[in-house]
Amino acid sequence: MAKRIDAVDLNVYYGSFLAVEDVNIRIEPRAVTAFIGPSGCGKTTFLRTINRMHEVLPGAYAEGKMLLDGENIYDPHVDPVSIRAEVGMVFQRPNPFPTMSIRENVLAGYKLNGTRMSKSDADAIVEKSLRGANLWNEVKDRLDKPGSGLSGGQQQRLCIARTVAVEPSVILMDEPCSALDPISTLAVEDLINELKKDYTVVIVTHNMQQAARVADKTAFFNIQGTGKPGILIEYADTKTIFQNPENEQTINYISGRFG
Amino acid sequence: MSTALKKPDEGHTPSAPPSSKPNGRSTKPKNSLTAGQKPGWTWMVVAAASLAVGAGLIALIASEGFSFAGWLILSAIVYVIGMYVTTRVIENKRRATDGLWRNLVWAAFIVALIPLVSLLWTVFAQGLPTLLSNPGLLTEDMSTTNGATDAATQDEGAPLSGGFVHGLIGTLMITVVATVISVPIGLMASIYLVEYSRGGWFARTITFFVDVMTGIPSIVAGLFAFAAVQLFITTFLGESPVYLQMVKMGLSAAIALSVLMIPVVVRSTEEMLRVVPNELREASYALGVRKWKTIMKVVLPTSISGIASGVTLAIARVTGETAPILVTAGFLATTNWNPFSGWMTALPVYIYRQLVNPTAPAAPVPSEMRAWAAALVLIIIVMLLNLVARIVAQAFAPKKTGR
Repeated sequence: MAKRIDAVDLNVYYGSFLAVEDVNIRIEPRAVTAFIGPSGCGKTTFLRTINRMHEVLPGAYAEGKMLLDGENIYDPHVDPVSIRAEVGMVFQRPNPFPTMSIRENVLAGYKLNGTRMSKSDADAIVEKSLRGANLWNEVKDRLDKPGSGLSGGQQQRLCIARTVAVEPSVILMDEPCSALDPISTLAVEDLINELKKDYTVVIVTHNMQQAARVADKTAFFNIQGTGKPGILIEYADTKTIFQNPENEQTINYISGRFG
Repeated sequence: MSTALKKPDEGHTPSAPPSSKPNGRSTKPKNSLTAGQKPGWTWMVVAAASLAVGAGLIALIASEGFSFAGWLILSAIVYVIGMYVTTRVIENKRRATDGLWRNLVWAAFIVALIPLVSLLWTVFAQGLPTLLSNPGLLTEDMSTTNGATDAATQDEGAPLSGGFVHGLIGTLMITVVATVISVPIGLMASIYLVEYSRGGWFARTITFFVDVMTGIPSIVAGLFAFAAVQLFITTFLGESPVYLQMVKMGLSAAIALSVLMIPVVVRSTEEMLRVVPNELREASYALGVRKWKTIMKVVLPTSISGIASGVTLAIARVTGETAPILVTAGFLATTNWNPFSGWMTALPVYIYRQLVNPTAPAAPVPSEMRAWAAALVLIIIVMLLNLVARIVAQAFAPKKTGR
């Protein structure tokens, strides 16, 4: 199920502005890869190119190759919508659909696409996904209540359940814990550790301790100055990045002596 | 007035609720935080004094008789000044200025309410007795009413004949057709503007012309609809008088109302679509959902309450239009259910005709009574539509509780 991701000479543009320059990276399946770096360094932008979500913004496009198990998702004939079904995404702020119940939120990927399924199939998917997101025990008695009535941490795990329900190969997480308290963060981090058994997980985080806790490999992005593109500085095992980094910028960043 | 002015004043002494009992002060230990404040009953004293001074002033000024409205206005002015001076003397300048502005804002609010209350009062006072004593007004049209019956009503006390059911039906049919025309166009135009246009020159042009259309005088919309339908009929059917007669019909009026309604629907729907958080669209895209399904199943359901209430308010706004319907649908004494053929009377046009051209020119009172009753019904319809807009907004609003 999990797929490997290779970026080859990838440049990302917003209109004429080059946002991320020349990224080459191999993201392993069944592992957690973290992107760290200062604000505006392009880590979120790069993350969104993995499922072509950046194209939602007017004028955004990418050059180069992004290979999903060797297949280029930027091939001109590829439909971005099919890529997004394959590469799921969890956002910075929990965003359950306010018009839907908890159950409907989990099934949103099917319901919104008009897929018909029997009630027993739907029940099985709801339970499996919510169990997968460590949320089942908390919400099993109120599946028909609105998803927006949950706490922030529960909402974020609901969003993860919603993403898991459509059985993607890759799960992208854009600072999934930045709006959560430490206890909810712990719950989500535990979940990330379980998700990596089945999925390729890529997580953007501002929190270096979090990267150290959850990630197998870590990539450090940096920006050379305002108006300049973000670039990938260093990519290695998490242990290496935090204990024995090669690049001087990485050393400065992880030790807090940045700038 | 005193109840209206009481509220802001309570803010002065939030920490001293028992101060209304003057004796309680001496036994209680003094709170240094509330020292130097004027007691809570100050406003009552000032208000009573103002009413007395106002009465004296109005007696001095008014040459003939006692003017109730003048008395209240003068008292209000005296009260505002009196409160300022009192507060300034007892407390300080800062608090006095604060109280002055609060009283002025309240006064402005009351002044703004006066026309509304007075309008409602007039219409109810004039229309309600007629409507209650003649319920037939709601079920009859004007086919059996003529100058003789009205003269009999006015001179000999015969029961009021006739009614405006044809106006109700005309308003209903024209409004329904106008809604059927404008809502799909307005909805799709705003979906284009918000979801598809990406701020190009075409979208900016549409927005500009929608803004311009919002300001079109309604009579111009009526003339436009008349000319457009006439052009259509003469081009495709012919120019004989039979066809020219066809131009005046309910559909022409509905087109005129659509011209007025579409910009309102576009504007309100656009606002509602814009407040749908982008995160919801992205969440849907990230699940592999196509754009049009995202719009249909995420964006529209999230904003449906606002859209529905915007549409209802747009309907309420065009229900009261007179001039464009008069130009395009004419008026009629009998009931016409068919908006695609023949003249039609709308309620506002009925009111206008009854007042300007009474059925019996020598005996206008019955016509005026009918006009007031029709005005009352029209106001009730508009108020009900506003109420419906609120109920709809609540009913469709995304559920927030359940925690």
